[in-house]
Amino acid sequence: MLKFFQHIFIWFVLLFLYAPILILMVYSFTDSTMIGTIKGFSMQNYITLFTTPELVEMIIGTFTLAIGVAVLSTILGTTGAIGAFYSKRRTRGVIEMANQIPVINADVVTGFSMCILMIVFFKVRKETFLPLIIGQTALCTPFVYLSVLPRLKQMDHQLYEAALDLGCNASMALRKVVIPQIVPGIISGFMTAITLSLDDYFITTYTKPATFDTISTYVVNATKGAQTDIKTALWALSTVIFVLVALYVVAQNVIAKKEEKKN
Amino acid sequence: MKSNNLRKQLAIPYAIFLLLFVVLPLLVVIYYGFTNGDGQPSFDNFINFFKNGKTVGTLIYSFAIAIITTIVCLALAYPVALIIAKGAYSKKAKFLMIFVLPMWINFTLRITALKEVLTLIEGNLAYHQFLNTIICMVYDFLPFMMMPLYNSLTKLDDGLIEAARDLGAGKRQVFFKVILPLSVPGIVSGVTMVFLPSMTNYVVLDMIYNSTYIMGSLIGSYFSAYDWHNGSVISIVLLLIILAITYLSNKYTEDDGTAARVR
Repeated sequence: MLKFFQHIFIWFVLLFLYAPILILMVYSFTDSTMIGTIKGFSMQNYITLFTTPELVEMIIGTFTLAIGVAVLSTILGTTGAIGAFYSKRRTRGVIEMANQIPVINADVVTGFSMCILMIVFFKVRKETFLPLIIGQTALCTPFVYLSVLPRLKQMDHQLYEAALDLGCNASMALRKVVIPQIVPGIISGFMTAITLSLDDYFITTYTKPATFDTISTYVVNATKGAQTDIKTALWALSTVIFVLVALYVVAQNVIAKKEEKKN
Repeated sequence: MKSNNLRKQLAIPYAIFLLLFVVLPLLVVIYYGFTNGDGQPSFDNFINFFKNGKTVGTLIYSFAIAIITTIVCLALAYPVALIIAKGAYSKKAKFLMIFVLPMWINFTLRITALKEVLTLIEGNLAYHQFLNTIICMVYDFLPFMMMPLYNSLTKLDDGLIEAARDLGAGKRQVFFKVILPLSVPGIVSGVTMVFLPSMTNYVVLDMIYNSTYIMGSLIGSYFSAYDWHNGSVISIVLLLIILAITYLSNKYTEDDGTAARVR
């Protein structure tokens, strides 16, 4: 009996989490403008999504920004973690504390303070994209740092010393010995940075140029607007993103299984 | 010796970045919070904040929303995490993945989907504003609660549960005396993941009602009015709340440390 209730509960939560997305997915393939009204099958939403210049620019802009920010954060976070790991305990403690700030801070505060700093204090124009890129990098880098650091702790440190003894110089030893051992941490940090950038609303809205939109800021504006063709095109976008995320998770599972077999 | 310096020097770019774009923005916010329009030091901003019925009301309302959201998330996520971690499901990690996956879909798109479904069910969202707010917040943050809870429950030693049973504890006793106390660190980190963002995430409300009374939106409104001083005051108030929460949660994780040592 208890088992039965457990199943019911789990399915209830799953339904809550997935029903809205799945319903929207179904309706994205119809020509209805509101869910609940059943009309005919149509691919119009997908055609609108991939042919309206405004939408295409927004999607490309969002992903370009995310990849750029993730690359920048990964470089900064990885070098930062390696450097801090080998520094004196006090230096490392200070870096770690500052690193924690964007992690626990509310995104609104991070975005607002970044905006004041860049635009009011340093007088950088938003149109340069600098406030936006730096703001998102400040949010993402700490997470890269946090995913690289545990790998450094697990690493076999004698290998680095051995490489030096065998004639490597320091930078070669870093590249050939240290980096390969922390690659999984770097990759997962990179992926976290991408998702954080894609999901970010607050930092973007406070620091972006007026003419630029990411998915988040665009969707929020679109829900206030009355353009139904754009609204339903965004259903198609949700569907595409959901499928991509699901594929990514499945792929990750498959890779993890293969790794397990190898070991 | 030289080779060791190179490793340390890798931290320099990130240390400078942290100083410039993480620490400095906060200092600028504090500066603006404690000065008036003429740049003179003043406490007026704070006095006005706590004298103004609307801002204090918003603070209380945000607290209420955050507390209820957190409790509902916990009430939904804890049983699910417990059933997955300790139940008879064979592929636990994969099963958990299904609950966490929505985290990677842009939250504005997910809220759009939920808004459509709620509109279909209720007809007009204006009738149950508070209820809808909580539903949307829970929908947004539930996946973030799941992960830490599952992590702490899955680490929990099955032997302890068996031992408690062998020593005569009933089901209820096993839960309240063994499982619940040992999962406190998971609960604490889940709560911190949900509480603060739900207190400041005004976009969710913005998307369903176009108007909001939540802490983050105050920053937003001062931001659009270029009122840096009052915006900074709210940021500082939020920062203090964040500090308090972080302090409390660290205290609890320390308690966990002692509990683990006893074990």
